[in-house]
Amino acid sequence: MSPLLAIDGLTAGYGGLPIIDNINLLVAQKEIIVVIGPNGAGKSTVLKSVFALTSILSGSIRFADQEIAGIATQKLVPMGICAVPQTRNIFPSLTVRENLDIGTYAAPPRNRAQVEEGVLTLFPDLKQKLDQPAGELSGGQRQMVTLGRALMSEPKLLLLDEPTAGLSPAYLERIFDLILAIRQTGITILMVEQNARQALSIADRAYVLVNGRNFASDTGANLLANDEIRRSFLGGSRPS
Amino acid sequence: MMEFINFYLIPGLALGSIYALGAIGISMIFGILRFAHFAHGDVMTLGAYGTLTAVWTLGLHPLLALPVGIVFAVLSVLAVDKVFYKPLRELPTIYTVIASFGVALIFRSLIQLVWGSQNEVFIRGVQKPVVLFDLLRVSLLHLEAIAIIVGVAIALHYFLSRTQTGRSMRAVSDNAELARVAGLDTEKVVRATWIIGGSLAAIAGVLAGLDTNIQPNLGWNLILPMFAAAILGGIGKPMGALLGGMVIGLVEELSSYPWLTDEPLINPSYKTATAFLMMVILLIFRPQGLLKGRLF
Amino acid sequence: MDPVGLLFFLVGFLIMAGIYAILCLALNVQWGYGGLFNAGIAGFFAVGAYTSALLTAAPAPTHLGGFELPVLVGIIAAAVTAGLTGWAVAKICIRLKSDYLAMASIGIAEILRMVIVNEDWLTNGSLGITNIPRPFDGLLQGREADILFLAFVWVIVAIVYLVCNRLYDSPWGRTLRAVRDNEDAARAVGKDVDSFRLQTFVIGAALMGVAGALSAHYFRFLSPEATEPLLITFLVWVMLMAGGSGNNKGAIIGALSVWAIWSLTEIVTNRLPAEFATRSSYIRMLLIGLLLQFVLQKYRSGLLPERSPGIAFDKDKDKTHG
Ligand SMILES: Nc1ncnc2c1ncn2[C@@H]1O[C@H](COP(=O)(O)OP(=O)(O)OP(=O)(O)O)[C@@H](O)[C@H]1O
Ligand SMILES: [Mg+2]
Repeated sequence: MSPLLAIDGLTAGYGGLPIIDNINLLVAQKEIIVVIGPNGAGKSTVLKSVFALTSILSGSIRFADQEIAGIATQKLVPMGICAVPQTRNIFPSLTVRENLDIGTYAAPPRNRAQVEEGVLTLFPDLKQKLDQPAGELSGGQRQMVTLGRALMSEPKLLLLDEPTAGLSPAYLERIFDLILAIRQTGITILMVEQNARQALSIADRAYVLVNGRNFASDTGANLLANDEIRRSFLGGSRPS
Repeated sequence: MMEFINFYLIPGLALGSIYALGAIGISMIFGILRFAHFAHGDVMTLGAYGTLTAVWTLGLHPLLALPVGIVFAVLSVLAVDKVFYKPLRELPTIYTVIASFGVALIFRSLIQLVWGSQNEVFIRGVQKPVVLFDLLRVSLLHLEAIAIIVGVAIALHYFLSRTQTGRSMRAVSDNAELARVAGLDTEKVVRATWIIGGSLAAIAGVLAGLDTNIQPNLGWNLILPMFAAAILGGIGKPMGALLGGMVIGLVEELSSYPWLTDEPLINPSYKTATAFLMMVILLIFRPQGLLKGRLF
Repeated sequence: MDPVGLLFFLVGFLIMAGIYAILCLALNVQWGYGGLFNAGIAGFFAVGAYTSALLTAAPAPTHLGGFELPVLVGIIAAAVTAGLTGWAVAKICIRLKSDYLAMASIGIAEILRMVIVNEDWLTNGSLGITNIPRPFDGLLQGREADILFLAFVWVIVAIVYLVCNRLYDSPWGRTLRAVRDNEDAARAVGKDVDSFRLQTFVIGAALMGVAGALSAHYFRFLSPEATEPLLITFLVWVMLMAGGSGNNKGAIIGALSVWAIWSLTEIVTNRLPAEFATRSSYIRMLLIGLLLQFVLQKYRSGLLPERSPGIAFDKDKDKTHG
């Protein structure tokens, strides 16, 4: 089966200056793919390139066998790709309900009530907050709002940029569990993570990015077991 | 007491309604397109002249001819956005601000070319005031203005909170990049912004023209109080701008009430200066507005 | 037009162009060097014009002053009062971002205008101030005196130009441009950004005051109409954008060329039948408005783009600045 997303020889950056160089990355159906790497390695830039928020200098990005490099950002949601940016990823003055609603505008789900039901089952915390402005929620709840918003259009592929950044350990566990639960519903996930150890433990495969280039890629388990990777990217200590 | 209501409070609310109608558009445009639209007053003027032409040719009452002025103003801003603002969209917004100064001038000179620069009136003759309970003596126009703003407030609230376009507009104003990532069609939102802003400006222009007379500087003279109103309400918050407009209008009229002595508190020839002054003071001490709008 | 008439048309043209050149250089200091959006040029122009007029005119019961001081004293005082006004304005609004600074500066300019129109005891209101002298009055008579005034204006243009150039290349100017292009970085290396901005604004405002004074002396008469924002603020912005903001030569070229367009269209439209002639000034306004749009879209860096000596801020200049 051909991969759902295939990034091939991608060089991209901002204002004509390349940040990532010759990146290759494959995501097969129903996989969880994790991208790790030091700060500034260009992880977000890879995700943003899929979303046409960078200037692509060369290479190709294929989604379901269709070239999407250069397609306008807002056209991607109807194709079945949804993204959760790293920062500023909610509409703070809109209520939680309205935030979720925005997710349905570009690609109306076949059965809206059912999808909303599903999202609220995943994120029961949001149920009591539906009429509160999203800007008033805690960090973890905001992360749920933006995940919920992305799920409302029933995407095939979900791009997540550090969904656990700045969350307390308790929330962190929950978000990782939720990501597994989302995959259970048949959605493919490509995510960037700083909490590399946990992320690798749920990943099917993972890519390590350094200085805008592919550094290593393997199954999550193999990378976790690799001494060099552990020393350089997982904070040295032994896996618990 | 009745004098206060008849000559200060009601006219203040009416003036506030005019400011509010203009400020809503300014606030929306600032929130969504990220620039201060200095030609907004001249959009009002266009609406007034468009309506005037309909009054002349069709012999209608100005408020019935209003749709013609609205269509005229909306088509003008949509054209201007396409030709003059859109090419600058990717640049720092200051270029669009400068362009809007130019558009203000273009609108005004075209108005003067087509309609001349003399004063025109919608309705000749003195309008009799409406007398209620022998005490309340107010101009019908002022009541109409207040009724219009109440209607607009209700419709706007419904539109922004219940409709897909309204929510999309608020989303773009909150976070334009996320809105694009979420798949919203920002150009459609921009178009809706101009349509609503242009329509409300045209209504404001006609009300202002009915209140005094119609001349090419009609709207330009109102631009600063309207900015003040938009800032007071919090940029990007249309309902706030509406409220801000009412406040600025009231302050302007009430500033010449003899509050302390028998003399007006502020010389009426400086009435508009109070609005400018409020704007400057707001900009300095509370630029986020009373309702916590966004800051750029 | 006969040759003599043409000559004096040219003299009048160059005098006004010189006054506009000073305004452009002043705006260039504020916007081109400092990135400060001053939309209240007319206000500082008016302060300068009225200061010099009141100090140098003959005494009159209709307004304050009439001290018959020498013109040069008037002009220096104009720079001082306009500079002080600029200082007060900058003190309160210098931190505002561009759009807000534009609103605040227009607001303040409009309040100044209202004061000028309404305070008769000070300015004789809309009737204006008459008998404003020129420098070297009596040396030459009639139209010949214009030639002398022309020289006087352009000597001042030259001085202002040299001063502005020195400022641009000085360490002060370099810091200023650093502030303009990357405020956060400048703050990070410990520059007092606000005080640099304040100084820029004051210098620009003072120069605008000088231009105002010169125009009052040129016309020998001053009324609120001479400070019409359209003719001052707006036209000067178009001139600077067309000439190239950040470049002093560009500022002068911009003033000359836009004023040439303005004046030539006047000649053309004056020859039109009477019913069109009354509308001619609107055609000119329209042309200027369209010219600005053209410049913004096609010639964003102007006829003479900014040269950036020594520092690497011009990399993305088109994105961040004119
Ligand atoms: N909008 C932008 N314009 C210019 N440069 C940018 C932009 N966004 C990021 N960069 C630069 O690109 C490089 C890579 O940034 P990116 O955000 O992709 O890193 P990252 O791997 O996601 O890091 P982090 O772990 O901190 O999120 C950085 O040097 C950053 O300064
Ligand atoms: Mg990142």
